[in-house]
Formats: sequence, structure tokens, C-alpha cells
Amino acid sequence: MEAKVVNSKKEEIKKVFLESGLEVKPLYTYQDEYKIIPDFKEELPGRYPFTRGIHPLMYRKRPFTIRQYAGFASPEETNERFNFLIKNGQTGLNVAFDLSTQCGLDSDDPRALGEVGRVGMAIDTLEDFEIAFNGIDLDKITVSMTINGSAIVLIAMYFALAEKRGYDLKSLRGTAQNDILKEFIGRGTWIFPVDKSVKLVVDTIEYCAQNVPKYSPVSVCGYHIRESGANPVQEMAYAFCIAKAYSDETMKRGIDIDEFASRLSFNFDIYGNLFEQIAKFRAGRRLWAKIMREEYQTKKEESCWLRMIAGGGGAGLTKEQPENNIVRTAYYALISALSGTQTMALCTYDEAFTIPTEKSAEIALRTMQIMIEEMGICDTVDPLGGSYYIETLTNEMESAIIKEMTKVDEQGGIIQGVASGKVQEAVSRQAYIREKAMQDGKILKVGLNCYKKEEEKRTVEFHPYNIEAANNQVKKLIKKRAVRNNVLVNQLLATVKEDTLNNANLMPSIIAAVKEYATVGEIIGVLKEVYGEYDEPIFF
Amino acid sequence: MKVLLAKPGLDGHDVGVKVLAHALKEAGHQVVYTGLKKSIEEIVQKAKDENPDIIGLSILSGTHQILCEKLNEEMRKSKLNIPWIVGGNIPAEDVEALRKTGALEAFPTGTQIDTVVGYISNFKK
Repeated sequence: MEAKVVNSKKEEIKKVFLESGLEVKPLYTYQDEYKIIPDFKEELPGRYPFTRGIHPLMYRKRPFTIRQYAGFASPEETNERFNFLIKNGQTGLNVAFDLSTQCGLDSDDPRALGEVGRVGMAIDTLEDFEIAFNGIDLDKITVSMTINGSAIVLIAMYFALAEKRGYDLKSLRGTAQNDILKEFIGRGTWIFPVDKSVKLVVDTIEYCAQNVPKYSPVSVCGYHIRESGANPVQEMAYAFCIAKAYSDETMKRGIDIDEFASRLSFNFDIYGNLFEQIAKFRAGRRLWAKIMREEYQTKKEESCWLRMIAGGGGAGLTKEQPENNIVRTAYYALISALSGTQTMALCTYDEAFTIPTEKSAEIALRTMQIMIEEMGICDTVDPLGGSYYIETLTNEMESAIIKEMTKVDEQGGIIQGVASGKVQEAVSRQAYIREKAMQDGKILKVGLNCYKKEEEKRTVEFHPYNIEAANNQVKKLIKKRAVRNNVLVNQLLATVKEDTLNNANLMPSIIAAVKEYATVGEIIGVLKEVYGEYDEPIFF
Repeated sequence: MKVLLAKPGLDGHDVGVKVLAHALKEAGHQVVYTGLKKSIEEIVQKAKDENPDIIGLSILSGTHQILCEKLNEEMRKSKLNIPWIVGGNIPAEDVEALRKTGALEAFPTGTQIDTVVGYISNFKK
């Protein structure tokens, strides 16, 4: 699908290039792989450099976690959907928040107009978390939160909730997306200037290393960078540069790499050429292990693991003939499993139109379950390992990712590249090139630029915007502000401000504030007073 | 033609608007892009400052109707009369409502970039 086809009369076959720019030969033999890395046969899953998987038995021991993205309207409605998914065999939660929550605004903020509960659930105070996770055992169901700009507040809320419900933070698991650097590149829910934003991420890493050691405070997202237009090599390269930047900043606080490296996780995208994606993940796993061991001198085995959620892939789906997306995501699921992912999530076939219905969420869930139960996907580890093509491509992808990372380093590093807008510019240029290639028919997309249907009747059912739930959310917030201990809340907010001014780790003071029902908007507001807001460099 | 491209509301999806900006520039138009997360008031102010021939809003979170009504209202208040179009995650059945609200045209996702560029290039005040 991504292949650029050039006619070459001399060879009388078409030349094929992958989206990452690598050329594909019509045949691979034992000579290809040996040429580049003679010792690949010694590679074993569960052993450095983990090309074939981070665990020796992988899915034979336990299948990947199924973690569909869900959340809409108020915490009440979302709790219902959570329970529906769990009842149907989902083994983890992936929480969607509305844009006001993601941007650190309360539901009654004028800038939240029309956004409350629209693309995810609205959260204003800890009370909303208490409702959303009611009846869900946080020991059995691990919770992942898709939250970035305001992540420090939502992570604090999650820990406060766990403590209130009697869980031991020392054994609490879960993940926050909390990758702000990628928000500047794509997705856009940034709030503060780049350096302050990174400081907040490092606060959460430091706090977790010391207090919640099993929690993953960051999930570095190549995903959204790829969705924004980057090719698979850029996706991996930028994600690794970002993960290294967070690691460097954390180590500057005197924290040993082995205290937090194993809790860094990744979120990657899947769409496009099947083999290119599988090689991307195998190469990524090997390269990340090498970076951690050789460059960062980690001592613990787990510090070298590339733990990931892989799936998606929204940008690969079409609004045209939407049922075809069920087929596409089934292929994405296969790619993800063949790539040795830890966790999987699929976009639903109607996601290009609307919030998934219960039915479409169920189809996505069943797609993964069919693969696990019927296809033998869990029977053996890295079934494509040893394939001449896959091994060669894995090696080539690794070299290409290293080259792209070097390019970022030469331009002053990823933080500088994001602050200046250079990285955003590169990604948006790539998006334009891809769009043009689609328009020119160089990249084919079934239903969009080939095998089109003239007249299409829409078959997708729309999820209506629940304005009543939004209004109730505002009412609940106003009531909560009236009944909480406001003297105490104001004191605690003052402490947050003091800690911000003193450049202290903000996790303890924010946890204390959310426990007394300080709102997301109030806490982010205090931080804005000190940090100011991000001024976006305009590049396209 | 001078085109003001704007991202109102909190939606951070800017791939489409940036691709369009590229394409318009390549077609010889002058493009001013506001960047993400601008209030309607800020966009109207920008329109006053820049005096574009046409304004293009990009909205993918589903809030198009509310934001477009607000744009109309603010333009009226400022006695500004600049034609505007909107693009984004717009269901086909919302297109007519947006036209009634005052949009010259509404382009749902999946629209070919050339179609939008062509529309703007052929547009006469």
C-alpha cells in the first residue's frame, strides 16, 4: 500500500520502496541476513538484545493485554462502558478524557464550550474518579490514562483514589501517557512552555521511582507522531529521542537509570506495509536495549526492555466503505501480535466518524479475541524470526532509525527541535508528501482512491453528544466547590504555588490538593500563573 | 488570495490544516495560520488585523456547529464581513446546517485537498 512503484525497463520488474525509503528486493535468501549481522541465530526471546521479544515464553505464558480506548460524557456513563468491556473479557482499561480535562480546564470554563464530555470523559475533581472507577478492582484491572498536558494532576488523582480505597502504592500498577514532547509534535494538548512541561513529566517519574515503583508514569508515543505524518522510521527515532530526553532530565536529579528505566513504556502505531511494521518493532526492541545497556550503562535486565502498546491505527482507516476498517484492524492486530507487543488496542471501524458504539467496541474486542483463541497466535514466540526477509528488514530498519536519531542529535536534540518547531516542520512536510502521493495515486487506499463506490449510504450509527451529561457535570462541579472545605483547598493550592516557585517536585502538594477536591482547572491555573503558557511557533 | 486558516476550540488535530496550508501556498496564495487552540474572539481579532479574503476554520472534535455559530455572532458584533469556510470531522448531514449558519461551504474529512484549493482559487469576492 505504501510502496512507491517505479518502472525499470532494464530489470523488467517494478522497483518497490517502503514508506521509510528502504528498497524491497523480489527475493531474500540466507545470504542477505548473514551479510549484515552474522550472529542473529543466537538471538533468543527474553535475552539481550530482545529482538525476538522481552520474555522467554511471551504469549505462551500470558497473551497480550487487551486495552481498548474508552471514555465519554460523564464519569457515570464511562463507568458503565468500563464495566461492559470488562464483563466481555477486556483485561485492562485505557481511559479517554475530554478536551477540557486534557487542556486543564474545568467543565464550567468558557473555553470548554461544547467540549465537556465530547471526545472523552470529563473529570473535574477526585469525586469524578471515585465514580468512574466504582466497582473496578484496581489490583486486577490495570488502568492506563491517555492524558498529557494535565497529566500530573490526573496521576495525582489516581494515586489519591488508590490510597483512599486502601491499595498499597508500592504495588499499584497502571500507566499514564504523560508524553508531553510528542504533544508538541502532534495531538496538541500542550499547556505550558516546553521546558516547564518536561519538568512536570520528570516530577512524575521521580515521584513514582521513589513511591509507586510499579506504576509506569510515561508511555512515550511514536503513535501520534506517525499519525501526524511521520514515516515508521521517524516514528521510532523521535520516540527514542524523547525517551532519552526524559531519562537524561531524570538522571540530572541524581536518580539512577535503573530506578526508573524499566517503568518507561511505549505506544506505537500500526498501519501501512505489514512487513515494514513488524521489522520496525523488532528493530526497535533491539536498538532500545542497546541504547539502554551500551549508552546508559543500565545493570538491570528490565531496564533494556521495550515494553509497548501497539495497535491503532487511526490514520490507516477510511471514512469510505467503513466496514472495510474491520478487515484493516484485523490485519493490524495480526501485525501487533507478530511484533510481540505487550498490550493491544484497536481503533473501531466507525472511529473516523464518531465515538465508538457499544457494538463497534465489541467487534474490535472480538477481533483480538478471535486471533488469540482461534489462530494459534500465542503458541510460539516470534514466529517470523529467522525469515530471510524479516531479519534483513529488521537490520535495515535498525540502521535507518539510528541515522534518523543522529540527525535529531546533530540539530541540537529533541527538546530543542520541538521548542524551535523544526521537528513539527519535518513531520508536517512528510504529511504533505503523503497526502500528495495519495492524491496522485502513488499510495493506494481501497475505497478512497481505488475501488471507489460512487454513491455511499452511511451505515455508521452516530454516537450523539450527551448535552445533558455535560450540564450535569457542570452542576456537580459547582456543588462540589460549595461543599468542600474551601479554606483548606485554598491553603493547599497556595502550597502548590509555593512548590512551583521553589522548583520542587509538585506531586506531593498536588496529591494533597486533589484529596480535598481541588479541581483540575484550579491546579493547572496555579501552575499557569508561574509558568505561563506555550506560545506555538507557526510552521507548516 | 489571502487566506486565514484558524483552529478554534481545544482540538489539537492540525495535520489537515497544515497540509492545506502547504497546498494553498504552493497554489500561489498567501496563507496566515493562527496555530492551535484559539478562541473565536482571537480569530476575529486576527481577521481584523490581517484582513484576509477568506477565512478557513478547521474543527475535528465535533464542536463545529457551536463554534461556527459563535464565529458568526462575533463577526456580526465586530461588523466584519469576511466569507468563511469550515473543514473537519463533519457528518454529511451537518453540512447544510453549517451553510445555514453562514458558512460559504463545509468540507468533511475525506475531501480531496485539490477540491478545497480549487474552491478557494475560484472564489471571487
